[in-house]
Amino acid sequence: MGDVAQPIPPFERFYLEHRDEVLGYLRRLLGQRAEDAWQETFLRALRAYNRLQHARNLRSWVFTIATNVAMDELRAKPQLPVDGVVVAEIERDAFRELEHLTGGLPPTERAAVVLRYGYDLPYAQIADALGSSEDAARAAASSGVRRLRRTHERHA
Amino acid sequence: MNVTPELDSRFRDAALREGLVDVRYDIVESPVGELFVAATERGLCRISYHPDGMEDVLASTFGPRVLRSPLDDVRRELDEYFEGRRREFDLPLDVRVAPFHADVLAELARVPYGRTDTYGSLAAKVGRPKAARAVGTVMNRNPIPIVLPCHRILGANGSLTGYAGGLDVKLRLLQLEGAMLI
Repeated sequence: MGDVAQPIPPFERFYLEHRDEVLGYLRRLLGQRAEDAWQETFLRALRAYNRLQHARNLRSWVFTIATNVAMDELRAKPQLPVDGVVVAEIERDAFRELEHLTGGLPPTERAAVVLRYGYDLPYAQIADALGSSEDAARAAASSGVRRLRRTHERHA
Repeated sequence: MNVTPELDSRFRDAALREGLVDVRYDIVESPVGELFVAATERGLCRISYHPDGMEDVLASTFGPRVLRSPLDDVRRELDEYFEGRRREFDLPLDVRVAPFHADVLAELARVPYGRTDTYGSLAAKVGRPKAARAVGTVMNRNPIPIVLPCHRILGANGSLTGYAGGLDVKLRLLQLEGAMLI
């Protein structure tokens, strides 16, 4: 109660609000291949936009689409770029140290780690993005972080 | 990680090419200030002197897939009009209003460049001679001012009465068109 349904915002506003962070996310997942995936993400969003039932969680919704596009791309061409272009506006220390190594992670772990530590999404929304349970999302992120630590120690 | 202008316009072009946009809009500079202009696939659907919040109006009227994108034809015809080189607009229109409003706007569209008419006279032309006040409401809610020339409609005594862009703008448009004012 008291939770008044928000109207779906005009696409332009949704787009301006999320276009930069979605590009940053895809850069982390795909490196130089991010631009085509970014365009495909917003085209998919636009195709579905007039069928949205509510305006809740639009941020995690667009991250879900971006994750799907990135997964398709990574499965089709699993050769990962080394680092791609890495931006350094990350707040979490662990992720900041390890971020440049995420290119070596399996796609699901990579997405889970980047969404959790790079974008601060809660596990429930990461689960939506990955199409998995919340437990599985948590497991993927922690497995990814363990794998990063091992890689890090090997290189250290 | 900022989206470059090139990437941004590549996306906007692709969205339009795929027909995914309910309504597109642009801001056009003019001698009477910034104009918010919008069009659907069918044609020009809005001109507003007050851009703030217009994206929401478009979304609720035409659908949520609202995207900013250059409207070159609209911009060019408006430029020509303001330079005094265009007396009639050739743009296709998409007017979605109630039947009475549609009748009044159709009559309004016939008032020639440089001439004026009155609310009462327009009411009589749509067969409702006593509906001058209702015609005033239609003018007030005109979705496409300038192109649908509500600035040419005056009070019975020749007074400017009112205008969405302000009375100074109404007067300016009439002077541009060389209309005789009392």
